[in-house]
Amino acid sequence: MKKTLLIGTRKGLVVARKKNGIWQLGDVHHEGVPVSIAYGDPRSGTWWACFDHGHWGVKMQRSTDEGQTWEEVTAPAYPEGAEVKEGVPAATRYLWAMQEGGTAHPKRLWVGTEPGGLFQSQDQGTSFQLVDSLWNHPSRVGGQWFGGGRDHAGIHSVVVDPRNEDRVLVGVSCAGVFESLDAGQSWQARNKGLRADFLPDPHAEFGHDPHILIASPTDPDILWQQNHCGIFKSTDGAASWQDISDPEGEANFGFALAVASDNADQAWVAPANSDVTRVALQRKLCICRTDDGGKTWTTFRKGLPQDHCFDIVYRHALVSDGDDVLFGTTTGNLFHSGDRGESWQVISNYLPMVYSLQLI
Amino acid sequence: MPTVKFTYALKRFFPDLRDGQIEADNLTRALYEVDQRYPGLRSYILDEQGRLRKHVQIYLDGDPIQDREGLSDQLGPDTEIYLMQALSGG
Repeated sequence: MKKTLLIGTRKGLVVARKKNGIWQLGDVHHEGVPVSIAYGDPRSGTWWACFDHGHWGVKMQRSTDEGQTWEEVTAPAYPEGAEVKEGVPAATRYLWAMQEGGTAHPKRLWVGTEPGGLFQSQDQGTSFQLVDSLWNHPSRVGGQWFGGGRDHAGIHSVVVDPRNEDRVLVGVSCAGVFESLDAGQSWQARNKGLRADFLPDPHAEFGHDPHILIASPTDPDILWQQNHCGIFKSTDGAASWQDISDPEGEANFGFALAVASDNADQAWVAPANSDVTRVALQRKLCICRTDDGGKTWTTFRKGLPQDHCFDIVYRHALVSDGDDVLFGTTTGNLFHSGDRGESWQVISNYLPMVYSLQLI
Repeated sequence: MPTVKFTYALKRFFPDLRDGQIEADNLTRALYEVDQRYPGLRSYILDEQGRLRKHVQIYLDGDPIQDREGLSDQLGPDTEIYLMQALSGG
């Protein structure tokens, strides 16, 4: 059971630890600095903080002693001449995803960025290189990637198949899902069955808006995505997608999704009220869970605020491990459930806006 | 020699940062020299394509630089270079 939670917030990296079944906030690192992603590499134990300095650009630091000391490393940078589109030079705007590359490649790391570049490190993050094959994918160069909520397209999800760590999937807002079978040397779109209601052709090959892409830990062929246009699931390794939203219920629009560590059919989403207002559904916070692979969803509210609640949950801010489920919100609330989401306890009401959670 | 002065905000990341003189006749060279003295500092001022970051400003003898993209502004022998952050947000 994981007992440490790394919390990336608008004002620093906060660490929570579980003691005697209770989660408590502890150390704060990088106070005042927006931490878009706080990440712990389970292979090495290295902690990472991805910064979004408003004035000074994106930066990265790592710690090999659980935050006692930090070292700045060179953040992913676009090579000279790289362009988002003709006449627009590419520079890293946001660090939006971090993923270790697997046990067979102990020094490999992946980082997803806005404006749409995927970066790979072969030296545990001492240096990062742009993955040219995806950056030069005809769909991106041809203008079929675009920003959704941010100025440019961004890679927010990187999924590494534990059975074959050269198989990598990424989620791009807005473009869709792409798969590589050769550690990033070539990429194919995997958007069959998705629907992009905002496009002239909702079934176009590109331009989809997965908000988060996650593989079931116990069966990596089962993939889930909370998408701008609903919740979708694949049972064939992303070859095709099925809409598993609940049009009559709450589980539709949202950003975050978590899959059970021990059950490929169990997952949680954090619904939000449409893409127009982006507040809690009817200003009442809830979490939905499916136990049957998305056929049905159950809504849980016990312990969550049910009036005047404006919180939503960002895409990296809902996590689970065994019976534990945790999420952080845009207004700085942090909740824990010890019964797989059926009831909730407050860990804190006074955090900054929560960008990311990771259990380690 | 030109003098370079830094906003206090940068001292958070470079605690040893001190105003000082540098040998340079243009801004690109000046920032290179600054980065030699304080490794990594250039990346706080410029993005990876060499452009001045959006919310950073450089003044030369009290006037903002003209070329934020190419940093071609020339320096005089006694120019004062002031690196500051734009006060966005009020």
